[in-house]
Amino acid sequence: MSWVLILEQLLNGLQFGLMLFLLAAGLTLVFGIMDMINLAHGSLYMLGAFLAAALVQATGSFALGVLLAVPATALAGMLIEVSVLRTLYARDHLSQVLATFALILILNEAVRIVWGTDLPLPMPAALSGPVQLLPGMVYPAYRLLIIGVGAAVAGLLYLLVARTRIGMLVRAGASNREMALAMGVDIRLLFTLLFGVGAGLCAVAGALLGPLLAVQVGMGENILILAFVVVVIGGIGSIRGALAGAVLVGLVDTIGRAFLPLLFGLFFQPRVASAAGPAIASVLAYLLMVAVLYFRPRGLFPARG
Amino acid sequence: MQRYAPLAVLVLALAFPLAVQEPYYLSFASRIFVYALAATSLNLVLGYGGMISFGHAAFVGTGAYVSSIFLAEGVASAWIGWPAAVAASALAALVIGAVSLRTRGVYFIMITLAFAQIVFFLVNSMKAYGGDEGLSLPARASTGLPVDLGSDVVFYYVALAALAGAVYGLHRLADSRFGRVIEAIRENEARAEAIGFPVYRYKLACFVVAGAVGGLAGVLLASHGKYVNPNVLHWTQSGTLMVMVILGGVGRLWGGTVGAAAFLGLEDLIANHRIDWLAAWLPDYQQHASLGVGAVLLAIVLFAPQGIAGAFARRPRA
Repeated sequence: MSWVLILEQLLNGLQFGLMLFLLAAGLTLVFGIMDMINLAHGSLYMLGAFLAAALVQATGSFALGVLLAVPATALAGMLIEVSVLRTLYARDHLSQVLATFALILILNEAVRIVWGTDLPLPMPAALSGPVQLLPGMVYPAYRLLIIGVGAAVAGLLYLLVARTRIGMLVRAGASNREMALAMGVDIRLLFTLLFGVGAGLCAVAGALLGPLLAVQVGMGENILILAFVVVVIGGIGSIRGALAGAVLVGLVDTIGRAFLPLLFGLFFQPRVASAAGPAIASVLAYLLMVAVLYFRPRGLFPARG
Repeated sequence: MQRYAPLAVLVLALAFPLAVQEPYYLSFASRIFVYALAATSLNLVLGYGGMISFGHAAFVGTGAYVSSIFLAEGVASAWIGWPAAVAASALAALVIGAVSLRTRGVYFIMITLAFAQIVFFLVNSMKAYGGDEGLSLPARASTGLPVDLGSDVVFYYVALAALAGAVYGLHRLADSRFGRVIEAIRENEARAEAIGFPVYRYKLACFVVAGAVGGLAGVLLASHGKYVNPNVLHWTQSGTLMVMVILGGVGRLWGGTVGAAAFLGLEDLIANHRIDWLAAWLPDYQQHASLGVGAVLLAIVLFAPQGIAGAFARRPRA
């Protein structure tokens, strides 16, 4: 086990974490401000990936296709918010779970009708090779792009939330919704916009991860739960928490999968290690969440004071 | 008249295999009973206890897998495999509940979900028992009695008996001291605590009972299809069970049963019964049954928040 391998896995973890952050950012604000459980968030990620794949195919350019998919998904998100989700804010969590679960079924089938079960989304040829990062260490160029874009979007989002007037209103809404309403903030409009931004971020993640994972119906369902884990670990409604939680979960998950089987190999027989290593690695993120909730029931960076 | 309605339903259910010989419908009815059992056990936690558990598939799946593993290892007797599976589910519920019940509100929803994911991934990586491909069973468990579970008619009556027992048990439980306390905790936990009830222990007991019954549903589910795969533990399975409970009526005695029958019936109706005018418009609409299911669910939550039972019942929920 060399330092190159460790560095490589750290970068992989960071890359996965940043993508998780893009998903969790919208989710945590929806969750924090409106106290709304949106299970359909993963469907927007799927929709973004499918739109990107279709648009890349239509335009022949990866960059153009992805850039078009983001506003398109944002628009679809706002449409869903205005037509369905808006009426659910005042309802209990159970109704929200049922309605957004129904939305998952509807969106999955709608995508299947329009595009079929999966679509190819090839990596841009210019980025499919490796890059020499350090002497003796090469890293896939495309993954570097993901890290770069992910970090840039995370930075922009941070500026938006922490430094602009809109961001101030969002934070006000997250920390005390009633008070923000009483001060005259138009939460309804703000929230529709916010939902659009969240959907756009989903599309970025879906489009960028598309070439690495597969663009297929149901792709949103597993990553959605990880995004919820990130949100809960970070503290519901906190962007800072979502970033910390996402990078933490990304690193723990990736490092665990890479090194836990090796680590177990040092202590147990190979047969036990090869069975237990991957098994424990796949549940590390969830164990982390259980531990965080047990010791810090409101997450690492609670949004409400 | 309302007192005799459950008896009438039971008589109809008992007579069903005599009237309908078609194996498909017999199997379909058994499937409804099994899901109704699972949904009824979830309703105990969700409706009566007010605990929004998003991880009930963990208990159903534990029951399904433990009973299947006994069969795969050559222990064919239902008298060993089934109680062991139910006990394993109860134990899982005890551990998961003991940790989860320290949290409140959305955190409880999320932590039960996380635990269910843990069980899902652990089962997924059990290569010895099929891993993500699942486990096919050679036959159903044997009873040692002149009752052959392998017969679909016998299995139908076993599933019916389990469901009837669960609904009757829930009915008795709701009227018992335990049920009253659980409902008091749901309505006002702080007050129940102040009166002096050990709230945490009551909730945990409720959670464990529901987990055990959910495990029994899992045993029957695996036994019904003679096959089990990790998808019985997938979070969407927990979601489906919740949907059934909400559909049928949260905190209503028949909520789970009505919800399971409505959900599976709707799915079957769209997938297996061609509606000509719809087919003229959308030729392959039957391959997209879940679109219809989703649309109906959405309509119910938007326009009939009390569920199907709530739309007809005069009595408020338990």
